[in-house]
Amino acid sequence: MALFSNLLGRMFSGKKPAPTQVVPLKDERTFVAQKHSCPACHTHLDEGELERNLFVCPQCSHHFRITPVERIKFLSDPGTFQEFSSEVQTTNPIGFPGYEAKLNEAKAATGLADAILNGFVQIDGRKAIFSIMTFKFMGGSMGSVAGEKLTRALLTGIEKRLPVILFTTSGGMRMQEGIFSLMQMAKTSAAIAQMELSQIPLFVVLTDPTYGGVTASFAMLGDVIIAEPGASIGFAGPRVIESTIRQKLPEGFQKSEFLLQKGFIDAIVSRAELKKTLGFLIDTHMARLKVR
Amino acid sequence: MDQTEIQKKIQELQSLAEKSSVDIQSDLKRLQEKLSEGRVTPQDLWKRVLLARNSDRPTTLEVISHITEQFLELHGDRVFGDDPALVGGVGLMDGRPITFIGHQKGRNMKENIRRNYGWAHPEGYRKALRLAHEAEKFGRPLVTFIDTAGAYPGLAAEERGIGEAIARNLKEFALLKIPVICFILGEGGSGGAIGIAVGNEVFMLENSYYSVISPEGCASILMRDPSKAPEAAAQLKMQPQDLLSFGVIDGIIPEPPGGAHTDHAYTAANIKQQILESLKRLEQKTGEQLARERMTKFLAMGRFVEEEGSKQNFFQRLFGLNKKN
Repeated sequence: MALFSNLLGRMFSGKKPAPTQVVPLKDERTFVAQKHSCPACHTHLDEGELERNLFVCPQCSHHFRITPVERIKFLSDPGTFQEFSSEVQTTNPIGFPGYEAKLNEAKAATGLADAILNGFVQIDGRKAIFSIMTFKFMGGSMGSVAGEKLTRALLTGIEKRLPVILFTTSGGMRMQEGIFSLMQMAKTSAAIAQMELSQIPLFVVLTDPTYGGVTASFAMLGDVIIAEPGASIGFAGPRVIESTIRQKLPEGFQKSEFLLQKGFIDAIVSRAELKKTLGFLIDTHMARLKVR
Repeated sequence: MDQTEIQKKIQELQSLAEKSSVDIQSDLKRLQEKLSEGRVTPQDLWKRVLLARNSDRPTTLEVISHITEQFLELHGDRVFGDDPALVGGVGLMDGRPITFIGHQKGRNMKENIRRNYGWAHPEGYRKALRLAHEAEKFGRPLVTFIDTAGAYPGLAAEERGIGEAIARNLKEFALLKIPVICFILGEGGSGGAIGIAVGNEVFMLENSYYSVISPEGCASILMRDPSKAPEAAAQLKMQPQDLLSFGVIDGIIPEPPGGAHTDHAYTAANIKQQILESLKRLEQKTGEQLARERMTKFLAMGRFVEEEGSKQNFFQRLFGLNKKN
């Protein structure tokens, strides 16, 4: 979608960051590794300390972006993650030039098949389904495979009567799949409509950044919507908006705190508290359903 | 001559050949060769993108006034305000009540400033949902007209939750227990378009387009050059024929030879005919059936591959659980 070209533009520019000296801020963890300080508050910070603190700066509590594997490690009981729907593989549905090459690049860089990872987990002994997006795979863009996997996570929740927890991060829909990617908005929303009929709870955790068609579909359809602190969340990207309204955007625009103030999310929960909060939500939402 | 014109010509000649004994086989063959060569350049397609954006194309309210005997526009989302870029109301078509909603562009600068060029705000999508629920309550079919470059990318739209408004529509439209028929009139721009396009049947006008991103946006992101939009338009496969072949839409509404703007009455009559045909089909079904069919239709959207052996029809297995056909 055109509206967040700043995000996707960076992802698809094909430019590789220069190997040394100038560290681009977009890879904050490289910044920590090389400068031993937090890119947000510039306090001394080393890699080990950062990881022990769940990739949150102990000084300013800046939340770094993390991978799906790290999220599983931080939020579920060790050894309980069981992946499913990995058999769904990406193709080039509209024959878009250069798409295969981009996919192969992303696969090699992330070791993942596409931008979403599904699995069964346990959270302090409570069974649940995780569906985790990653920004590192083509900007977390949503194509047919991400849409199908997300839909399967939701429908599996219905089938097994398990709560579903989505972790969003995305620049929006994957334009290389044309109309098929746009249709994923309606598809995932239809699956959520089905969940609603079955009264299975859906918890959404918005992480930095969540934009475009993802915001305009499943990200905003959770029964409870939580955001990590300081995450950027919106429909149109800030640069597009600035060029439309021709004025500077206010400080903190589209941050989690802004969305909380405007009434679009239920709570902001820090990474350290997230596992406990998710457990609590499962307890409060699944009682009637008698989880086996 | 572009592809559709060639196709049309071939059809004309074929029917002529059936009726008369004139030997036109050589003409036919030549045309078919031309078509199979597929020499449709990005420039040809681009002309059709420009037709889709032509400011004289019939707008939502004009189409409605052509196909209804009586229409009352209903305003407001009951929460914040009324969005002139997304209109709706109730009308009588051949004496039959129908709820209409659609994006509304202006014909000139002054109208377009009022209509925000058809870029809707959250209150527009919320009004659309209110009218859809109102239609469901009173058992009227819902007809939507899509003609927008996209939802408005502005500060106010973000503050009032444009993402949430579209998302809610996508979910709620899936559940409507009434026939929902959608027409892409001109521009079918991304999330702003699909926000009112979750229908049992979706049709596109011959020169409209429907895309995940504008060709300009795609060109500036992927090719770093917005002037390459015609190439991007071809690569995005956003024309009605493409979408029909993908199974994403259900049919194409013919326009007069020069484009819909040359004859509003003709274009509107074709739309009306399609509404009547679709209703004949859809009114046979119960509300439950309509909702379930719409939901399963969109659940099946997308193209991917599955490894051999793991292949089982996931949806059928699941929907076996909570549906009885």
